Amino acid sequence: MERRSRTFTVFVYACALLLAVVILAPVLWLFVMSISPPGDLAARPLRWWPQHVDFSRYAVLLSTAENSAGAAFTSSLRNSIEIAGMATLAALVLAVPAGWAVSRTPSVGWSLSMVIATYMLPPVALAVPLYMGLAWLGLLNNVFGLALVYLTILAPFTTWLMKSGFDTIPREIEAAAMIDGAGLLQTWRIVTLPLAGPVMATAALFAFLLAWDEFFYALLFTSDQRAKTLTVAIADLAGGRVSDYGLIATAGVLAALPPVVVGLFMQRALISGLTSGGVKG
Amino acid sequence: MSGTWMTTRAWLLMLPLLVVMVAVIGWPLADTVALSFTDARLVGTGGSFVGFDNYVKMVSGSNFQRTLVTTTWFAVISVAAEMVIGVLAALLLNQRFHGRAALRALLILPWALPTVVNATLWRLIYNPEYGALNAALSQLGLIDVYRSWLGEPGTALAALIVADCWKNYPLVALIALAALQAVPRDVTAASLVDGAGPFNRFRFVILPYLAGPLMVALVLRTIEAFKVFDIIWVMTRGGPANSTRTLSILVYQEAFSFQRAGSGASLALIVTLLVTLLAVAYAALVRKTAGSAV
Repeated sequence: MERRSRTFTVFVYACALLLAVVILAPVLWLFVMSISPPGDLAARPLRWWPQHVDFSRYAVLLSTAENSAGAAFTSSLRNSIEIAGMATLAALVLAVPAGWAVSRTPSVGWSLSMVIATYMLPPVALAVPLYMGLAWLGLLNNVFGLALVYLTILAPFTTWLMKSGFDTIPREIEAAAMIDGAGLLQTWRIVTLPLAGPVMATAALFAFLLAWDEFFYALLFTSDQRAKTLTVAIADLAGGRVSDYGLIATAGVLAALPPVVVGLFMQRALISGLTSGGVKG
Repeated sequence: MSGTWMTTRAWLLMLPLLVVMVAVIGWPLADTVALSFTDARLVGTGGSFVGFDNYVKMVSGSNFQRTLVTTTWFAVISVAAEMVIGVLAALLLNQRFHGRAALRALLILPWALPTVVNATLWRLIYNPEYGALNAALSQLGLIDVYRSWLGEPGTALAALIVADCWKNYPLVALIALAALQAVPRDVTAASLVDGAGPFNRFRFVILPYLAGPLMVALVLRTIEAFKVFDIIWVMTRGGPANSTRTLSILVYQEAFSFQRAGSGASLALIVTLLVTLLAVAYAALVRKTAGSAV
């Protein structure tokens, strides 16, 4: 290994410190805002740490008392969980057989390439017909309708991840099971799916995060507490006349919590998923 | 097992996916094409055929041209900054130092933050009366009066780009870091023995390993940046004075705010065409880079 000069070592630590500050400062500030009394946030000069730590906004947002700010927030939280959950499940049901088929029979791969190419489509190119279609089906402002629309984003991505995952499972293992007399479904159940478990988990995680993050379709296709998602609820708060910025920050912290926890604890799986596309070219 | 049966079975397994994709992507896209030749409104009945009128009207309008310029600025500057900062961060995280594992873990934080939360967070930071940026700059003595970063056409786009970069460079960094870790030790060792300086070592030894993965990151980020909607909608809605209005925002306004479904559809297809051209050009470039690298 190269011996590093003292100056270079100092330089590396300085850069590391800078990077840590750049990453942490905005996130920490979001949290500090959420626990600062309104007076502190409006003070000049600004107080960077509250005189009295105040967690009451979390209780406000998570309360389910009728017609409160909490009711709007908790219903959007529930909608987000339901919609992301349903869309993830549906995407996997479509992606597992399709991903396996493309992995084992490359001659049909062009159809998956076409599905993946739809990633280039801006959502605005589908929005008007989807709006009219959902209206016709009576699925506007409906959790099922939005989950269905989310398949446009989730299904191509999860299929591609599953295909890459099945590629790493040797066909010989499946062939051995079949020679022993197992049918296709039995082979999947006993051999393929258990081996593909980690990939399925990664794909599900990504799909859930994508749906959790989605804003454009949710903004267009939902209008009240029956289907509004968290992202729309937060945009409403941020764009509305809420005088307490701490409340907006609290909503942000709560919405960010699930993906951040997933990100920090499932890091290895996420990074392998993120970079597999990059490394494969 | 015969080849035909294998292929038939593969198609059968693909069928559910393909049916759903045709229903939620194929049909809406075809319908957008059909709509783009009519003067249909968002609500109400059909609209009549108007040929290429919508396209001509949209492309020749000053709104479209100005918006195209804004979108290009946003995409070029934010993606370029993300690539540079991402690679620098990856080079740093590939060095040995105490706390490296923790810093690598932190890198996923901005990426994991939902886009809307990120936009809201930066909107609060830029707040003209109580924002942390104004407070920090004035407490450091760098500004005398608080400024409205998102409220002035001169600074709004730059403020948006900073917010977008902060969230998105970690993805580039993670991809670059994975590629760096794939560079064989003996290759870097050999270049040291040959007396290559740090810059030459990066340019001629390490960069070829990064080129392929970075091209992919570049393509993905450029397409995303060109389609950008969420962060801009939450932070500025395209204002002030339309200075941050991107193509997706313009389509939204045309089709949904003004309810002109026909011309909105034609505009959406123009955007799609631009993104496709960009992707095709990039794909050619990726193939070339992949051919010359390593």
